[in-house]
Amino acid sequence: MAALIEVEGLVVRYGEDADARRAVDDVSFSVQPGETFGLVGESGSGKSTILRAIAGLAPISAGTVHLGGVPLGTTRDAAFCRRCQMVFQDPYGSLHPRQTIWSQLMEPARIHRLADGEARATRALEAVGLGAVHRWRYPHQLSGGQRQRVAIARALMLDPEILLLDEPTSALDVSVQAEILNLLSDLRDRRGLTFLLVSHDLGVIAHMCARSAVMAGGVLVEEIATDDLAAGIARHPYTAKLLQASDAYGEDRPG
Amino acid sequence: MAEPLISVKDLRVAFGGASGPIEVVRGISFDLGREKLGIVGESGSGKSLTGRSIMRLLPAGARLSASRIAFAGEDLQKASERRMEEIRGRGIGFIMQDPKYSLNPVVTVGEQIAEAYRLHVKASAATARERAIAMLRTVQIRDPERVFGMYPHEMSGGMGQRIMIAMMLVAEPQALIADEPTSALDVTVRLEILALLDDLVATRGLGLIFISHDLNLVRRFCDRVLIMYRGRVVEELAAGDLGQATHPYTRGLLEALPRIHARRPRLPTMQRDPNW
Repeated sequence: MAALIEVEGLVVRYGEDADARRAVDDVSFSVQPGETFGLVGESGSGKSTILRAIAGLAPISAGTVHLGGVPLGTTRDAAFCRRCQMVFQDPYGSLHPRQTIWSQLMEPARIHRLADGEARATRALEAVGLGAVHRWRYPHQLSGGQRQRVAIARALMLDPEILLLDEPTSALDVSVQAEILNLLSDLRDRRGLTFLLVSHDLGVIAHMCARSAVMAGGVLVEEIATDDLAAGIARHPYTAKLLQASDAYGEDRPG
Repeated sequence: MAEPLISVKDLRVAFGGASGPIEVVRGISFDLGREKLGIVGESGSGKSLTGRSIMRLLPAGARLSASRIAFAGEDLQKASERRMEEIRGRGIGFIMQDPKYSLNPVVTVGEQIAEAYRLHVKASAATARERAIAMLRTVQIRDPERVFGMYPHEMSGGMGQRIMIAMMLVAEPQALIADEPTSALDVTVRLEILALLDDLVATRGLGLIFISHDLNLVRRFCDRVLIMYRGRVVEELAAGDLGQATHPYTRGLLEALPRIHARRPRLPTMQRDPNW
């Protein structure tokens, strides 16, 4: 099967000459349609920068990104936005504080001149488990979990194939995180979505993904199958360290 | 049992609402000995307000009542503000979540530690400096003389939290309250900070109140755990017995955590009972 997302030799460089630093350094991976691929690592590892580079929010200094065989240029056009949408970590920061939920959902429809915007927005709200009563609310009238649902609904407005998820549950309580992760799994199964999921939490990565890339210092150190992760098999010492640190104050292990 | 380090009985905190006061901490009681006591809960459970009530550091508008808040037998509700300033730091240290916001950005970290020392102990600037450098060494900062002169923005998250711990321990308190001390840190750094905290608490015989949202962390790190929900303690357990928790909220929290080694197709979600 042809890969839906193909990242090859991706470099994101910030700064000039002697100050130049590679936030992402020669990273390659590919994601199949319908797959959830994880990017896991600690702060500064470059995992979010990869998402931002794909979304056009960070400069691609070298390397290529193909979506469904089509190479991405330096700008992202409307067609890209219809295929690929992003959900950010902080549901408090990613919604407009002075616009109603409805107006924020309708914005993509307005920009893309969709005639059936209202029908889509109604469906999107339903899909994330929110009702008509939430339409006229403002973000400050919603809980953190509800806000993240709105952000997901907005990402669904254009019926994308791919969602770029940047720590979608790290600002949420565990009970709410469980609800949002279940919602994402349902959406993926029902709509055949492909996820690129960034998280610092190995538990979230293991729960959502079959395969993931471990990032450290801008470099992809290891691509690991979740079955190996679950069995505690890590080839790279950094992955082993990450796993050990997560386990030290983590769940009870069977046996 | 000897006099507990910290004793709290029927603690209540309320905020004035448009339709009368709303109680957000609703009758918390516990005693702290020379042990590691975890207080776990989700946002809005009142866990942080409980910690702040002991320090008498509540936001404006909060109304506190309790039949007892005592530190080493002394009634803190009767203590003057001046006496409280001695207790804060010298009696009970307080570590907050994010060192970036709790350190003064325009003063070097060494001076901040030295200042904390001189606030509580009569000492010359030179002695305070020596104490601060010794403390930096205690929290395993390499090259403490150099780090003494550095500013908070030059610190990584883990270094910043070491500085906070150094600042809190330099006045040699008997008890520590740590409010989400590792939640802003990467897992590998968290491991180091917890090991450091564990070691310091053990060697100095401190009492520690560890406030956290992370049930797994608390059960591995603490001796005893209180689980808070909507201002109440719904369950109290020895940390090792958390697996045998009986309250549906505690069970729900444990079940809702994604697992690395035992994958489940869906995460169980909680049905909240208004009677909890």
